[in-house]
Amino acid sequence: MSDPDGGRGVSDALHDPTTADSRGGQGYPRSDGDRDLPLETYVLSVNDRDLPVDDAWVGESLLYVLRERLGQPGSKNACEQGECGSCSVLMDGAVVASCCVLAADAVGSAITTVEGLTGEGELSDVQRAFIDQGAVQCGFCIPGMIVALTDLLDRSPAASELEMREAISGNLCRCTGYGRIFAAFRQVQQERADARA
Amino acid sequence: MSVIARPSTLQDAFDALDALPDAHLLAGGTDFMVEVNFGHRRPPAVVAIRRVPQLQGYEIRADEVDIGAAVTWTTIERELAGELPALAAAARTVGSPQMRNAATIGGNIATASPAGDGLPVLLAADATVVLASRQGERTVPFAEFVTGVKRTVLRPGEIITRVRVPRLTGPQEFLKVGTRNAMVISICCAALLVDRVGRTVRIGLGSVAPTPVRAPEAESYIAAEIDWDALWAPPESVARFGELVRDAVRPITDHRGTAAYRSRAVQVIATRALERSLA
Amino acid sequence: MPAPSLPATFTRRRRAPGLGESVLRPDAPPKVRGEFAFSSDLYVDGMVWGKTLRSPHPHARILRIDITGALAMPGVHAVVTQDDVWGSRTYGLERHDQPVFADGVVRFHGEPIAAVAADHPELAARACAAIEVEYEVLEPLVDAEAAITAPPIHPDGNVFRHIRLRHGDPEATGDVVVEGTYQVGMQDQAFLGPESGLAVPSEDGGVELFVATQWLHVDRDQIAACLNLPREKVRLSLAGTGGAFGGREDVSMQIHACLLALVTRRPVKMVYSREESFFGHVHRHPATLWFRHHARRDGTLVAVESRMVFDGGAYTSSSTAVIANATCFAAGPYRVPNAKVDGYAVRTNNPPCGAMRGFGAVQTSFAAEAQMDKLAAALGMDPVELRLKNALRPHDQLLTGQVITGVAPVEECIRACRELPLPPAADPDADLMTLPGGAGRTALPHNVRRGVGFAVGFKNLAFSEGFDDYSSARVRLELGADGEPVATVHVATAEVGQGFVTLAQQIARAELGVSSVVLHPADTQVGSAGSTSASRQTMISGGAVQMACAGVREVVLERAALDLHLAPADMVLGDGELTTKDGERSVSLAAALRAGPVEAYREFHHAPTDPLDENGQGNAHWSLAFAAHRAVVDVDEELGLVRVVQVATAQDVGKALNPLAVTGQIEGGIAQGLGLAVMEEIVVADGRIRNPSFTDYLLPTPLDMPPVVQTWIEQPEPGAPYGAKGVGEPPTISSTGAIVAAIRAATGRPLDRVPVRPDDIALPAPTTAAS
Repeated sequence: MSDPDGGRGVSDALHDPTTADSRGGQGYPRSDGDRDLPLETYVLSVNDRDLPVDDAWVGESLLYVLRERLGQPGSKNACEQGECGSCSVLMDGAVVASCCVLAADAVGSAITTVEGLTGEGELSDVQRAFIDQGAVQCGFCIPGMIVALTDLLDRSPAASELEMREAISGNLCRCTGYGRIFAAFRQVQQERADARA
Repeated sequence: MSVIARPSTLQDAFDALDALPDAHLLAGGTDFMVEVNFGHRRPPAVVAIRRVPQLQGYEIRADEVDIGAAVTWTTIERELAGELPALAAAARTVGSPQMRNAATIGGNIATASPAGDGLPVLLAADATVVLASRQGERTVPFAEFVTGVKRTVLRPGEIITRVRVPRLTGPQEFLKVGTRNAMVISICCAALLVDRVGRTVRIGLGSVAPTPVRAPEAESYIAAEIDWDALWAPPESVARFGELVRDAVRPITDHRGTAAYRSRAVQVIATRALERSLA
Repeated sequence: MPAPSLPATFTRRRRAPGLGESVLRPDAPPKVRGEFAFSSDLYVDGMVWGKTLRSPHPHARILRIDITGALAMPGVHAVVTQDDVWGSRTYGLERHDQPVFADGVVRFHGEPIAAVAADHPELAARACAAIEVEYEVLEPLVDAEAAITAPPIHPDGNVFRHIRLRHGDPEATGDVVVEGTYQVGMQDQAFLGPESGLAVPSEDGGVELFVATQWLHVDRDQIAACLNLPREKVRLSLAGTGGAFGGREDVSMQIHACLLALVTRRPVKMVYSREESFFGHVHRHPATLWFRHHARRDGTLVAVESRMVFDGGAYTSSSTAVIANATCFAAGPYRVPNAKVDGYAVRTNNPPCGAMRGFGAVQTSFAAEAQMDKLAAALGMDPVELRLKNALRPHDQLLTGQVITGVAPVEECIRACRELPLPPAADPDADLMTLPGGAGRTALPHNVRRGVGFAVGFKNLAFSEGFDDYSSARVRLELGADGEPVATVHVATAEVGQGFVTLAQQIARAELGVSSVVLHPADTQVGSAGSTSASRQTMISGGAVQMACAGVREVVLERAALDLHLAPADMVLGDGELTTKDGERSVSLAAALRAGPVEAYREFHHAPTDPLDENGQGNAHWSLAFAAHRAVVDVDEELGLVRVVQVATAQDVGKALNPLAVTGQIEGGIAQGLGLAVMEEIVVADGRIRNPSFTDYLLPTPLDMPPVVQTWIEQPEPGAPYGAKGVGEPPTISSTGAIVAAIRAATGRPLDRVPVRPDDIALPAPTTAAS
């Protein structure tokens, strides 16, 4: 869990009152390396397809690469520090925050985004439940919520309400207050239980 | 020339570190990527070590669990709750489920944040950190590994490979204070481990000092007060334990909490952790 | 009417049209598939990335800016500063007092200094870091009270507005008097979709902007003025907006992006990081409020005195209107025959503040409701009974002397809320995760005490004080490619998540009897819809759509009647048919449209209001909405940690046009009230924001939100389309006060500040009173 204290850089200068001299500069030591971005070329496996990433800055997050290079903007960028879940994707079957994954290191892993949860034009039962229960308002948190709840219901079909809340405790929503999202979870759980019966 | 190496053996990792001397050593990425996204860090190169076999998996032994540095907090939470209850409890509070699926115990140790949730447990358990480099392997007691705020004895060219956590016989508790019910940096936390065999009580405290700390005076006091057969101590002794823990730390005031509150809170959670551990 | 939040799940919703039905959102399918294009998702070939350089100091003189190093970096296309603003150098919602970039002087931490356009966002960030700025750091003015008389930090002075309200006999006193000073910390809207948009230069020298915002036309006007362009050459379209809650009413990146686009002649995309977002938009005003309540021994309120200072930060934004609301509604929804209220909104070097859901009424509700509880205690009365005794009714006067002419079911809200079932008693075997401390598992059941609290709140709906508040809609009805009637609705209403897109379709279907309704993208090619704020869009834009549909209906009725040699008044439109009133004859709507499309353009203005006079008196408001809240909390007193167990509410909604949407708005608004009560605060020290991240600005998670039990009072509001009242803000106004009242009940602590911090509960009270 990151604790953004210590270290120096652009945003630190925004916080740091101790710059005794009045030069603004952002406190980052300047070197030639700053002028050019170190680049990397690699291939990622996203939604069962191998997609090339060419000459990308090595520091790009998986979230950035998905959104800006690979045409998969479904995962969202609400905080880019692992504190909101809007960027959630499945990586080798586990839900992770793609903003905290170095894209160039995601090579060799199977990545599934919200766009890859269903076939073209289809809606999963989880997605339908979100629609039916009024769980969507602005929608920014929704892809991450859908990924996290899809994963939970697949892993733990009989999850209790408390387990569900804990499983999505890393997915923030600012619009709904979560009530209708919990209702969507219950709808899917009930439907799947009925189908098994 | 490539600026990222993804070694699949330890030797390849050492070669990569030689070839890319300014490279950042990347495990789960949950600390590193936040810094990059914020513009705090501009990595000229990266050596990503999550594939190295020597860092994977865990081995349950009679007296310890040997955990690979690349093991995630989710794995520890779900699979080691029986063997290492306090560590599993701490794992459950690290960030969010998304973070726990990616963040590694090795990364947490290497970052050495004063607020790292697993670190007080490792300190209380007297864990050992195993470091490997081209020159060979060395082990460092966890108590000596973290030397200051985000400072460790890790040398250039060294990689944390394993963390060995002793298994203790006795109750274990982990309590973490935060102003929200989930996904929160601790205002303070306490890991309490009772060793019935060794007849010791260990307490590791987080977010109340530049590094995780123990409370040796409190620990030896209560060890002497406990009726070890019944695993019981008089309430006054339990209360005194809490006071001694409070006296052992010098917390600061920052935007997350005041020193006065941290002192009060650490006393309360130390007391409660002990209460829950005793009959 | 019991709202469908009990039981907790709905059965599958019908997709049938119909006002009053829980119609599903038309944009939900793309949103759940991740295919809905938000403003940060936009992409166009050849675009460059914009980034802002911001001041690290809250107050400073800018001695020198050197952009040469930045400009020389490969991949950098442009660097602009205030010197490059060729039109109006300042902008603003109420007053144009905010410079596009800091103009020789910095007045808040994070104020924009310059902007860069580069090929990659990381290059843009490094270019910003390469801009050399020499500051002469100045002492920031951070004390709002002191700011009233301090030397001005801006040519326009330090007092945005002082409202002096005197009602009845300002010197009236009562037998029982209680007073207190209360503080409200700075809350942030924290909408999840970051500030973002794409500016594209046009062939005609103008610019097109796709942006997330609350008010397209006001953004357009400010951009046009600053870029010295005629309005017609600045074309805005609403891009997918990830929430707003007031934080997008002011301009953020709009002018910067358009300026860069015109300078580079390239499309420019700007996306704020979360950290930048905390600096880049206005916040809720922190406030200090002193109140003195006078009552008779039987509990009848005699007089209320108050002095409140709202810290508006560096620039005006909407502070003048926020303090007006705070002053007008200062005492809460009660009959107060005499009042003396002085409301100040002041300028400091703290972060700028402006609109946030509740808009001034949140701060006063917290204080006034605490006062009502103090009064109840002093009188030995039940706090709910005290409120019932004084509750406003239709034909009562507000503090402004205005007589309430609309519906005001305050007593009904209070009674209905009180009657809602309480949660089950605390469970001795409860999972520790459900106790205060949550995942930290710090409490056992015996460490926890439960408390219950109550609060009631209200405010105006739509804009006030003589503002001509209106919206415009164009509706077109024609035959689609399949030969069936299709209606197209063109409104500039900013959909920020509240569900207006659903309502617009419901209205068109109901008014025109068509099932197929298409929404034209919201843009500046149609007249202004006003702001998505003040809980107004259902009423005002809903009204405009209704009127435009009526205009279309008039024409098709005429056509059908002509066909049948009847008068239009003899026929009705519904379900795709124009039928005679006796049901005997009909013409299909499709047939009536064969002669060609029918289009109508209408504006809906709410009834005029008046400004406030020199005593703060006047018929300043059009419509009001009320809500009562009850909160149940569990508190771990030793650690000062709180778990909200349940929030119950009864809200005055006029008419629920979409029950599912109303339910969601109320739950979401209460979540924000909960946040302000126990966890949300922008910590500002010496003018600096200490916690600009979600690590330390805490929003409620799924483990923090309790069940919300809601019921609605539906009394149609006269003069409001369909009798419906806006529902967005009332949930946020008194939910905070109810939660804090519950914590007071559990702990016995006076708790005069929000958010309540663990220290406030767990530590002994300081021996010296806070100033």
